[in-house]
Amino acid sequence: MSGQQSAGRMGYDGVAVCVPVTVPYSRYSLRSAHWFCGRALAELIQTAGIGKVQVDGFCISSFTLAPDTAVGLTQHLGVSPRWLDHIPMGGASGAVALRRAARAVQCGDAEIVACIAGDTNHVDSFRKTIASFSQFANDAVYPYGSGGPNASFAFLTDHYMRQYGAKREDFAKLCIAQRDNALQNSNALMKRPLSLDDYMDARPIADPLCLFDCVMPCAGAEAFLVMSADRARALELPFVEILSTIERHNAFPDDPIQIRGGWAMDVDGFYDLAGVGPEDMDFLQAYDDYPVICFMQMEDLGFCKKGSAAEFVRRHDLTAGGDFPFNTSGGQLSVGQAGAAGGSLGLVEAIRQLTDQSMSAVVEGARHGVASCFGMINYDRGLCSSAAVLARSDR
Amino acid sequence: MTAPLPPPRKKDPVERTRQPTLPPGNRSREAQGLTAMAAVGRFALQVCAGCRQVQYPPRQVCAHCLGDDLPWRDVAAGGRLLAETNVHAANDLFFRDRLPWRLGLVQSDAGPSVVAHLAEDCRQGERVRLSLDLDRSGHAVMNAQPEEPGPNLEDDVQLREMTMNPKDRRVLIVNGKTALGLALAQAFKTAGAREIFVGHAEPWKTSPALEAVRKIDGVTLFPLDVTDTDSVQELASVLGGKVEIMVNNSYHLRPGGAVDRMDMNLSREEMDIHYFGLLRLAGTFGPAMRGRGADGDHGACAWVNVLSAYAQINNPTFGTYSASQAAARSLAQCLRAELAPGGIRVLNTFVGPLDDEWHQMVPPPKLPPNMVAGRIVDALKKGLEDLAVGAVAEEIAERLAENPKEIEREIKS
Repeated sequence: MSGQQSAGRMGYDGVAVCVPVTVPYSRYSLRSAHWFCGRALAELIQTAGIGKVQVDGFCISSFTLAPDTAVGLTQHLGVSPRWLDHIPMGGASGAVALRRAARAVQCGDAEIVACIAGDTNHVDSFRKTIASFSQFANDAVYPYGSGGPNASFAFLTDHYMRQYGAKREDFAKLCIAQRDNALQNSNALMKRPLSLDDYMDARPIADPLCLFDCVMPCAGAEAFLVMSADRARALELPFVEILSTIERHNAFPDDPIQIRGGWAMDVDGFYDLAGVGPEDMDFLQAYDDYPVICFMQMEDLGFCKKGSAAEFVRRHDLTAGGDFPFNTSGGQLSVGQAGAAGGSLGLVEAIRQLTDQSMSAVVEGARHGVASCFGMINYDRGLCSSAAVLARSDR
Repeated sequence: MTAPLPPPRKKDPVERTRQPTLPPGNRSREAQGLTAMAAVGRFALQVCAGCRQVQYPPRQVCAHCLGDDLPWRDVAAGGRLLAETNVHAANDLFFRDRLPWRLGLVQSDAGPSVVAHLAEDCRQGERVRLSLDLDRSGHAVMNAQPEEPGPNLEDDVQLREMTMNPKDRRVLIVNGKTALGLALAQAFKTAGAREIFVGHAEPWKTSPALEAVRKIDGVTLFPLDVTDTDSVQELASVLGGKVEIMVNNSYHLRPGGAVDRMDMNLSREEMDIHYFGLLRLAGTFGPAMRGRGADGDHGACAWVNVLSAYAQINNPTFGTYSASQAAARSLAQCLRAELAPGGIRVLNTFVGPLDDEWHQMVPPPKLPPNMVAGRIVDALKKGLEDLAVGAVAEEIAERLAENPKEIEREIKS
């Protein structure tokens, strides 16, 4: 089944993505999501050297703004945008925000769009979020052990391991490499090296998942600006170009259990539009709330065949200096999952790597990279997938 | 293999009694359709009237053809276990007290993939049997059990949280003087009840049934007159903290209606036994039972009301009796709501005419008491909430669902 084709699709020429911003993460915060979004906007305009009135478009993603939406946020932050979007896609929001903002800029509906994903984490707010996540989850998942995403991913991991022969040691290698990357990222909440023994002996959470397979919920925000390349040059902002993007929702509904995400539907058109292929990528920033979904992204985005990610991981060094740099900031598994900001963590890291603004381990000479996003376990599987190919701009 | 449940220990009186908590009970209106099916022991899901696609989780619009006529239909209960997990960390207090909790993802033969509570003996890739059961919050959940059940399946600790199995539990049967009282005592004995307490009013007057009850090993008789508040209170002060299953089988049937037989004394007696009797039992035994809903693997779990099928539709031949049964049924619904916070489930059984002296003039089918008792114990094991016993009661339930006016006109045979 083929999804989006490049034929007839317009590219993203002349669009610039710049000003990667991270509002530092904390395990718990008394601040509201409004504060995290507000701090992100303040840093965006300060870094860009513009006033907030010049930001005429906003794309917001957050789980904890309720009862507000992006609408209420405009009054909180005192802005009057002419283009406003609120994306309820959690972990998939990063690349989705990017592609919508890019089209708005290309078409002239907005000149500068701030894409902000931020959430707070009060004591007990994670429980409340999963206790009323969706109607299907309320009716048919949460009353079953109330394990939240841990239990859902336990199923996917259990099935994937039996189906394709992946071992806990394979997931360990990925988690340990990400931790190595995170040790150079001062914003990462995990500060200590992770050994194979630490990983293997960790306490069980939902078999086969143990402690280091699971992200830690926290508070924080990720943000970036989308504008025309001309504007970015005028502001003297280093920027990246968008070569291609995809998004897909509720892909493969007939699969009895999730073994692939929407990327697999759209991967051909994805690289056709980009004009480059997986072999040209210098890194992959994948959505990583649990290692099994990283394996699926490696497969579904064409880095290896379906079912062979474990073998692929065994053959490669996933650290930033290795032969397959992967989640070079440390990813959510080591940095923390700041709610919807988790859907932009990899994208913001990709912008940094391709504009020489890395705050952690550097991928030397990186020219192309993929940032991939995934989110929303509505019932038994994650429904939303998105991805972008980004390229260093030669200005 | 599921290990047999260890027999209950004698309770240490200084040990804190674990407080009852309930699993999450926040359900959509559509999902209450599952509860309606589970309450009567059906495995039914929404099936699109237009394209026949089976839907799960419940919804208002067909995921295939977008049709909005999605009636509940019995569907194939088999499936294959795709994945399993033991949850070791949960935020919800009910599950936190009971970890690890075992779950499975099942590809059902009906079509949809189903998240289910998973019995211990199920293995990935193997066949399972799905059922819809009421959990302790009173809402429907999916259970997956092995297609070929092992010898100790009913001892599965998760399953036991969702059923009201009499095994190793202490039962109070309110009226031991009737044939049904005797049949109930025998049925609970066979089901492995730990102790059987049996009440009898007017202790100076025995009956053949009571004499037979007296001879059953493990039975203790207590004076209990549900029309006497002191008597009920007195027994509650002795047994309140011990009763884990209450069976209110109070029974007082006399023919007659309102116009043809206005007898205030008889009518008052019926109300006193069926309605005020239940009220007295509820007010005295209810609080203690509700407080012991989570008291270990053998805590209080069920309240059974043996009601007449005519509690749902008045049979003028037994007009005032039917009315007192209707009052009791209404109060039983109140009782259900009030006992729910303790996880105590109320099973209302609607019984057709018994084969006894008071139904002499009623044509068959009439029910032998041991059949009724067997169905009640079986319903407890399955965790049902409403049970129609016998062809007459089943027909009444069906006709009421179809056309209440039709049965109202036709019932006076």
